[in-house]
This record gives sequence, structure tokens and C-alpha cells, in this order.
Amino acid sequence: MKALVWHGTTDIRCDSVPDPQIEHPRDAIIKVTSCAICGSDLHLYNHFMPGMKSGDIMGHETMGEVVEVGAESKGKLKVGDRVVIPFTIICGECDQCKRGNFSVCERTNRNGHIAAKAFGHTTAGLFGYTHLTGGYPGGQAEYLRVPFADATHIKVPNSLSDEQLLFLSDIFPTGWQAAVQCDIEPTDTVAIWGAGPVGQMAIRSAILLGAKQVIVIDRVPERLDMAKAGGAITINLDEESVIERLNELTNGKGPEKCIDAVGMEAHATATIDSMYDRVKQATMMETDRPHVLREMAYVCRPAGTLSVPGVYGGLLDKIPFGAIMNKGLTIRTGQTHVNRWTDDLLRRIEEGQIDPSFVITHTVPLDQGPDMYKIFRDKQDGCIKVVLKP
Amino acid sequence: MRYETERTRRRGHADTATDTLARGLGIFSIAFGIAEIAAPRSLARALGMKGQEGLIAGYGVREIVTGIGILASKDPTPWIWGRVAGDGLDLATLATALEGRNPKKGNVGIAMAAVAGVTALDFYCAQTLSRESPHPLPPMQDYSDRTGYPRGIGQSHGAAQDFEVPRDFRTPEAMRPYSQPQAPQRPMPSM
Ligand SMILES: NC(=O)c1ccc[n+]([C@@H]2O[C@H](COP(=O)([O-])OP(=O)(O)OC[C@H]3O[C@@H](n4cnc5c(N)ncnc54)[C@H](O)[C@@H]3O)[C@@H](O)[C@H]2O)c1
Ligand SMILES: [Zn+2]
Ligand SMILES: [Zn+2]
Repeated sequence: MKALVWHGTTDIRCDSVPDPQIEHPRDAIIKVTSCAICGSDLHLYNHFMPGMKSGDIMGHETMGEVVEVGAESKGKLKVGDRVVIPFTIICGECDQCKRGNFSVCERTNRNGHIAAKAFGHTTAGLFGYTHLTGGYPGGQAEYLRVPFADATHIKVPNSLSDEQLLFLSDIFPTGWQAAVQCDIEPTDTVAIWGAGPVGQMAIRSAILLGAKQVIVIDRVPERLDMAKAGGAITINLDEESVIERLNELTNGKGPEKCIDAVGMEAHATATIDSMYDRVKQATMMETDRPHVLREMAYVCRPAGTLSVPGVYGGLLDKIPFGAIMNKGLTIRTGQTHVNRWTDDLLRRIEEGQIDPSFVITHTVPLDQGPDMYKIFRDKQDGCIKVVLKP
Repeated sequence: MRYETERTRRRGHADTATDTLARGLGIFSIAFGIAEIAAPRSLARALGMKGQEGLIAGYGVREIVTGIGILASKDPTPWIWGRVAGDGLDLATLATALEGRNPKKGNVGIAMAAVAGVTALDFYCAQTLSRESPHPLPPMQDYSDRTGYPRGIGQSHGAAQDFEVPRDFRTPEAMRPYSQPQAPQRPMPSM
């Protein structure tokens, strides 16, 4: 089959690889009908996340049709079922899964011991996302093997299109969980850094949850336009002072809730801390660039919440913990517990509260994937979200 | 991230900083040209180039023509390259004044350094403009209708207030805003 394969930094190719097989009785194989490129994939493309090996298949936002089911998954899935596959692989039975903390499932990461070395404890297996999270082949391919398939799937109705459903795999629940982590009150101002796909979903989620005011910060004009269409007030960080504008919009008190939808590759224009990060990163003394985290901790209203869906990989430097501690801020973060939210979100799509397909700007055949990685990363051609059709 | 927008002055030139630089060079060109035409004699004296007043005035005309070209044309790129060539001519002419026993050699050196500085600026500007010129930029995509709310934002704002935030996602009671004194306790969802 054809698949997008990682070969090294900024080197992703559409290769022919062996078709996946059932390896365990709980597996299923799906024929992929649509998949997408995620901002998280860019951390791999740029090789900011360690733990990739040449030959790994990319992709964790995937949907399709079940074509083969292992013996132990037969009760839950059958050939022909239409499914969206969550990016977190879940067993559904461990202590964490039972509590709905799916992204820290204790049993699906077959390289759990490596994850435990890095993080102290294992986290869930993820599709197409480094050997730290199991080294499972991803779904930017014609077929995908789904481990623990009896639990790791979302059944979807035929009445909705792939485009409306695909993002249940990741970015819609991710934006949603980011907003839920804020426990939004009708009086809240929610400030969201990053108007990428995750930021866009977080804006819509905060609006659905009834926030008084949603403010978004980015520097890409068409992303800010799309954010405005979603009901957000926009701040262009290249043109305005983020801290000043946020204080202005909140009577000097700062936003109650802050969401980091940017992550470890934050851009900062000529600020002292950003230069510091670049130097430390270049000399391998720091792995991430936490500019957004610093800004959030500083501007957030006392007793407010920092919600961090943006992905970080390792060690962060110069975090103003004094501000966090003295202002009594709450930090909520994590990879998304996708299946915890998807029933509810599917209903909201069906009821027409939201249609996540608004974010798609490019739809191309799978073999054009490698080019699209570059276009998406460089934000060329108005690119915000790419859907690939195998 | 460079587009044709309403603020774009010319196709392929979204970069207003380079546009501004080009305009500045155009104005400088005219001003310097006027100086060369108005006072060729004192310039020649200062540089120890007596007898070359005619040449200096001629260069002044060149500067003014180039300056007008930069300011008036749709695309200043060839005119800025023209300035680069003119700078070369100026430098070559000044170099001849370094020969022999010119008592004003010091002044000539200073003049050459100044021209070299302007040349660097001209060259940078011309190069940046050339890189932009051949490929007209695409217009910025219009996503202003991408609301994501099939029934409009009015219908969707707060539509999910029926959502019960799970207990483990609630803000600690003590930190809830004063506006909501009795935030209801909600049970753990059945997972
Ligand atoms: N927690 C999860 O489960 C989960 C799931 C999906 C994605 N993510 C993460 O969410 C983040 C965003 O994903 P995406 O798909 O939207 O990616 P993206 O790269 O398309 O978007 C990031 C946006 O942030 C903007 N940005 C950069 N620096 C900024 C700054 N200093 N201030 C404000 N904005 C800035 C960029 O211009 C860009 O538009 C990534 O880190 C991704 O890994 C997390
Ligand atoms: Zn993702
Ligand atoms: Zn589990």
C-alpha cells in the first residue's frame, strides 16, 4: 500500500510499504477513506520530538471502513463499519481508562518502559507518533492496523460526510477539552494563543460553552480572519502588544482563562526570552520554546486557569513559577482523552451546533502529502488544515 | 505569508518595507542630483576635481532622472538597478581623483566611503525587489465566511451550556469567580 513515511528531518515521502496484517486478536484493519495532517505532525516533521525512526508511517487523524476484525474484537466491530479512529490507543479496562483518562491508558504503550524513563510513568500508545508512545504505524496510508480496536474507535453514522466527522479523531475533542479544562463561566474571557486548527476548534468550543468573550492571538492574517468568523476578537502579535491588548480588553484585570494552542515551537518576534530560547535550544540545553506559557502566566487573572493542549516534549526554562504560585493559577494540560468527549460532540455535529469541516482549506490525494507538509508548515497558500485522500 | 492585499501597492510587492526603502532612495537620488547641478563648482573644488564640473552636473541629471523613474514607475526594480550601475560609475570617477598628487585625497576617500554605503543599500534594495518581482503574490484567501456554525453564531453561542463539566475538570470551588457564588456540585459522570 501507499503511505507517508518519515525518513528524517523535513523528509517525508509517499512510499510503497507492506499492507498491515492482524497481529493480535483485538486488532482490526481499516481501509482509510480520509486522513489529515496535524500541527503535532509538524513537531515530527521539524524533528523537535525525539523518538522517530526512519521508516515510521505518519498520521493520527484517520477514518475509514473496517475491512478485517480480529477474533476478540468481533463483538464490538464488524466488517463494513464506518469508524473514526482516535489518535490515542486505549484498552478501555485499566484504572485510567475507567476514569476516562484515556490519553494516559496504562496498557496500550508497548514501549511504556521508555516513556516511564522520560516522564516517570507510561502514557497511552499513539498512532504515528514516535517510539516513546509505542511506535505504532500511523494512518496517513491506505490501510491502518488498529490495536485494541474493540475500544479504540468511534462509530459514526452515514448521514454525515467524512469532512464533518474526521476531526473527531483529534483536533475537535482537543479544542473542546482545552475549553472544558477552563471550566468556562458565562462571565469569562477566554484568551487563546494560536489560531491553527486546534485554536480554531478551541474558539468554537469556548463559544459553544458560553464564554462572554473569546480573544485569539496569532500572526497569520487568514487564520485570524477565520478566528474572527468563529466569533473571536483577534490580536496580531506582529502588530500589537499582546499583554497590553489583553489587559485593555479585560479592564486591566487579564483574562480568567488562557489556552496555549501553540506548543513547543512558539514564534516570538525579537523578544529577549525568545532569543534566549533559540540559543539554549541550539546548544541542546533546552528542548522547547515556552514563550506562550510565559506570556500566559504573566497576563492571566489571579486565580485563573492555564489550559495547555499545546504539545511540549521535554525541559522548559524560565517559567515564571513565581507568577503562577503567587497568583494561585491552576494549570490543566494533557493529550486529549478523545473518546471521553466524542459521543457528546458527535451529537452536537448532528444537531448543527457546529460543523468542524469549516477548517479544511486543502484536500489532496495521499501522494501529494509530502508537499502539503511543507505548505502547511510554512502557512503558504492560505493553508490551515489539510485532508488527504488515499 | 505574503499576499496581495488592499494595502499592496504593486503586484508582487507586499513587502512595504522594501517599497519604503525604494521610495527613500528615489527622493535621495533627486536631492543629490539637484545638489550636483546647483553646485558643481564647490563639489569639484572639495574633491580636487577642477575642470570636471560638466561631468558632475551631468551625473546630477542622471541622479534626477533615476529618482523620478523610481518614484513614478509602477515597478522601481530596473531603476534601482540603474542606481547600482550609477554608483559604480561614481566610484570609478572618484577613484581617478585618488591618482597623482591630489591634495584633497582625504575628502575623496570620505566621499568614496559614503558612496559605497549607499551602494550597499541600493544593491540590497534592488536584490530584494528582483526576488519579489517575477512571482506575483497570490491574493489572501478569504475565510470570513468560515464560521463553523451551520445555524449561525447566535444559535450556537452557549448552545453547549447543557454540558455537564465532569467533576475532575471543575475549577476548585474556592477559585470560582465571585459572580457564581453557589456553583452547583455535579456528580462524577459514569464512565
Ligand atoms: N493535546 C493534544 O492532544 C493535542 C492534539 C492536537 C494538537 N496538539 C498541539 O496543539 C498545538 C497546535 O496544533 P495546530 O494543529 O493548531 O498547529 P499549527 O502549527 O497549525 O498552529 C499553531 C499556531 O500558533 C501560532 N503561533 C506561533 N507562535 C505563536 C505565539 N507566540 N503566539 C500566538 N500564536 C503563535 C502559529 O502562527 C500557528 O498558527 C501543537 O503543539 C499540537 O502539537 C495537541
Ligand atoms: Zn493531532
Ligand atoms: Zn487503558
